[in-house]
Order: sequence, then structure tokens, then C-alpha cells
Amino acid sequence: MIEAPPSPKPSAQPRVVSGHSSPMIAVRSLAKKIGQQEILRGVDLEVATGETLAIIGRSGGGKSVLLKHLVGLMAPDVGEIWIDGQNIIGMNERQLGTIRKKVGILFQGGALFDSMTVEENIAFPLREAGERDPEVLHSKVKEMLEVMEMEGEEDKMPESLSGGMKKRVGLARSIIRRPSCVLYDEPTSGLDPVVADSINRLIRRLQQRLGVTSVVVTHDMKSAFDVANHIAYLHEGRIYFHGTPIQLQQAADPILQDFLLGRSDGRGD
Amino acid sequence: MVRFFNALGTPLLSFFQYLGEVVLLAADTFRCIFTHKLRWKLFLNQVVEIGLLSQLVVVITGGFTGAVFAAQTFFQFNKIGMGSATGAVVSVSICRELGPVLTALMVAGRVGAAMSAEIGTMKVTEQIDALRALAVYPTDYLVVPRALAMMVSMPLLVAECIAVGVAAGYFIAIFLLEINGTYYMANMVRWTRNRDIIMGLSKAFCFGILIVFISCQKGLSAREGAVGVGRATTEAVVNSSLAVLICNFFLTMLLNIIYPAGYQ
Repeated sequence: MIEAPPSPKPSAQPRVVSGHSSPMIAVRSLAKKIGQQEILRGVDLEVATGETLAIIGRSGGGKSVLLKHLVGLMAPDVGEIWIDGQNIIGMNERQLGTIRKKVGILFQGGALFDSMTVEENIAFPLREAGERDPEVLHSKVKEMLEVMEMEGEEDKMPESLSGGMKKRVGLARSIIRRPSCVLYDEPTSGLDPVVADSINRLIRRLQQRLGVTSVVVTHDMKSAFDVANHIAYLHEGRIYFHGTPIQLQQAADPILQDFLLGRSDGRGD
Repeated sequence: MVRFFNALGTPLLSFFQYLGEVVLLAADTFRCIFTHKLRWKLFLNQVVEIGLLSQLVVVITGGFTGAVFAAQTFFQFNKIGMGSATGAVVSVSICRELGPVLTALMVAGRVGAAMSAEIGTMKVTEQIDALRALAVYPTDYLVVPRALAMMVSMPLLVAECIAVGVAAGYFIAIFLLEINGTYYMANMVRWTRNRDIIMGLSKAFCFGILIVFISCQKGLSAREGAVGVGRATTEAVVNSSLAVLICNFFLTMLLNIIYPAGYQ
């Protein structure tokens, strides 16, 4: 049954909430503890349909954990996650399968299946969806490789690809079924600035051409400003700031300024 | 006293939790076998991996075990003038105990380790998360083909091990130890019954199930990168081997009621 997600609870933290009325993704009071460590302490977040949201924050701050919750790869201790009007909390793997067909995810290292070639990796979601015609599969893979600017790499194995190529193949695999939402986990980490820029261009192109909703987890500020309509700053397990890139740049908050300028508080000295 | 029970409690709870995880994986796998379509290509790949590529290991294990067992039995039996009974002892022992147990230990080392390492590597490199994110159920994709292939391959491997072991024992007895071939064969055929072979193959099926679920569970629960995969692989081999040896005793006692040993 599709219901409207409940309205967000007011947060004590200084934040700017986006004004969209029908969110593709809505997160309510999400909390997660791993071992003794509280990773998420009540995250409230909305991503409007067709929007690109960048979630930024310090390393180890729970950004990737939050992203994995959005596609049901992790279950929260408390809270709700609404994807396209459906609360995914409490769904079993089969029910989540329906949601996951709408949501693609690019993992930090690409997570390519290392026993398969590039072509087999990209065609995998289509095969699983029942497509068996080799010509159809080949033409769709070729089309995706053209989008990724990786023509002629079909027969390579993942171990012979560079980091940037792995991410592009991972992205091709996650969007070949035309999901309405794509989640990116650190898409530019470990890449040189030129390759990182090519990944950013791909993310923008996907939003413009296919109108997909995107959530980009990153601590690369250039990437966040390049691709995002909105930016959310995750700090101590909560959304500390949620606004446009311009609002973030103009924010006088010392915590945000420290992060933007890459200033440490000296505790590591 | 409280400290003693506390010290005992934690590992005991961990052990029962681990057993529970293996049983739940087995239950989930059997549910998937009956509710999902079989992935034939993956199943046949695993039959090749488990069955075909284990040929050399199984032939060498069966052959040399049969040969040495025939020699040792002859050395003892010959002292009391019962050298020609060697064939019966070798054949029944290999069918009921040595064939299934030694094959299972070799398969645990070769196949169980490979399963655990492969699945463990997929776990720590987020490939299993990628499967789930692509709406593919990992148990259905990874465990079901391996479990079915093991259920088919293990009895065949054990049958092969028994055949090679008995044949090796025969050749050693006849050509090296110079036992009378007619008496050797007559005793062997007289004392070896279909129930001995059925018992060996039943054990093979059970050991295959133990190895596949213990190894897959270890792979699926691997953590902490390369070190975690290494640990999972070692534990998979050790736990599978121990499970085979422990269950062998209980299976022997149980199956001996159904298929009693001896000439009846």
C-alpha cells in the first residue's frame, strides 16, 4: 500500500529544509548503533524527485551507512525510510527487490563481480530481469559503454581496470535498468582530478538526460558543488545543515566553515 | 562459581549462535531450492568445480588408502592364518568408513576452503551487497547451486573412492602380498553387501551437506578484509572436518541399526 510519508519532525540543529512537496526519498528519525558506537542519531532528510543531493561530512561519520540504509542493505535500530511513497523498514528481501529495481547504487570500489567480464557485469541486471537475447544484451552494453566513454573494453576483467574505469562500469551496471534513483558512495574518492571530473560530468548528464534522483555521498567538496542541487552536512550522526550549495558557501557556522576550508581543530596535533 | 559460569557461558552462547546461523542458512537454502528457479549454468559450473576437479585428489586418496590398508590388514591377519580375509576387511571398511570420511576430509580441504574464500572475498569487497542491491538474493545465487552440486557430487566421489580403494587393495594383495586371488575375491564378495555401499553413499550425502553449509556460512559472515577472509577459510576447513568426524560416529551408530554390518 502506498501512503504519503509523515512530515518531518522539527530539528534542534540549524538546518535549511528543502521545500519540495513529493520527496522521492524521505528519512525520518533514523538511528543506527554498530557495536557500542552510535553512527546515526536521528537523521531526518528529504530528497525531491529529480533532485541531486550531496551528503557531505567527515570520514567515518556515517555517510556510507546512511546510504546503505536507503536501499535496505542495512536495517536501522529506529526510524523510517520512505522510497517513492513506500516505507521500506520491515520489508523482507523479496519486497525490497521491488524497491531495489527502482534504485541503483554505485559502491565505493565499484563492487564489480570479479569472475565476470565488463560486458557480463553490465549485462547482469538485464539477465536477472529475464533478458536472454545475446544481441539485445550486447547492444545495450555497448550503448552504456558509449555513455561511460569506455568503448571497446567489453572483454576486460575487473582486475585489469583502473579505479576510475571500475567506477564507471559499476555505474553502467547500476543504471542499465533505468532506475528512477541512483545512489553514489564516494564516486570520486581515490581518483585523479581529471577522472573525478569525468565522473561528475556523468552524474550531471544522468540527471539532465534521464531525470534520475541522485544521492551522492562524498567528502570531495568540488564534486559536491559540481553535481548537487542541495547539500546535506552529516555531523555527529545528525543532519546539521541542509540547503543549496550557495547557502552552504555563505553559512557563517564555524563547524561548516572548518569543513569547507579543511581546517582541523588541532586535536590531532 | 559465578565467574566460572560466566566464562563458560559466552563461548557456549557463541557456539549455539553459530550453530543456529548454519541451520538457518540450510533452511533458507532448502526454501530457495523449492521456491526459486534453478540457475543451471551456475549449478553445472559447481558440479565441475566440486566433482570433476576433485578427481585426482579422490583417486589418490582412495588408491593409497586401499593399498596401505590391505597391506596392514594382511600383516596382522597372516599371523593367524587368515590372510585371505584381507579382501573382506578392506572392502567393508572402505565402503562403510574410510571411503566417505577420507573423501569428505579431502573435499572439505579443497572445495570447502575455495567456497569460503570465494564467498568471503565477495562479502568484504561489497559484491554480495551489490547482488542484493541488484535485487538478487545471495542465498539463491551463491548457496543453492553449491549445495545442489555438492549433494550430487559427493556420493559420486565417494563411490569412486570406494571403487579405487577396493581395486588398489586387490592389486596389492594379489601381486605384492601374493594372497590367493580366488579366496580373496570370494571372501570380499561374501562379506560385502549392498547395505555397506548404501551406508557409505548415505554418509557421503550427509557430509556434503555439512561441508557446503559450514563453508558458505563462514564465507557469508567474513569480515575485516583479507585477514577476515583468511580466518573464515581456515575456520571453514577446520569446522567442516570436525563436523564430519563427529557426525560420522553418530551416523555410524544410526545407520548400523538400518544397515547392520556383517554376514546375515
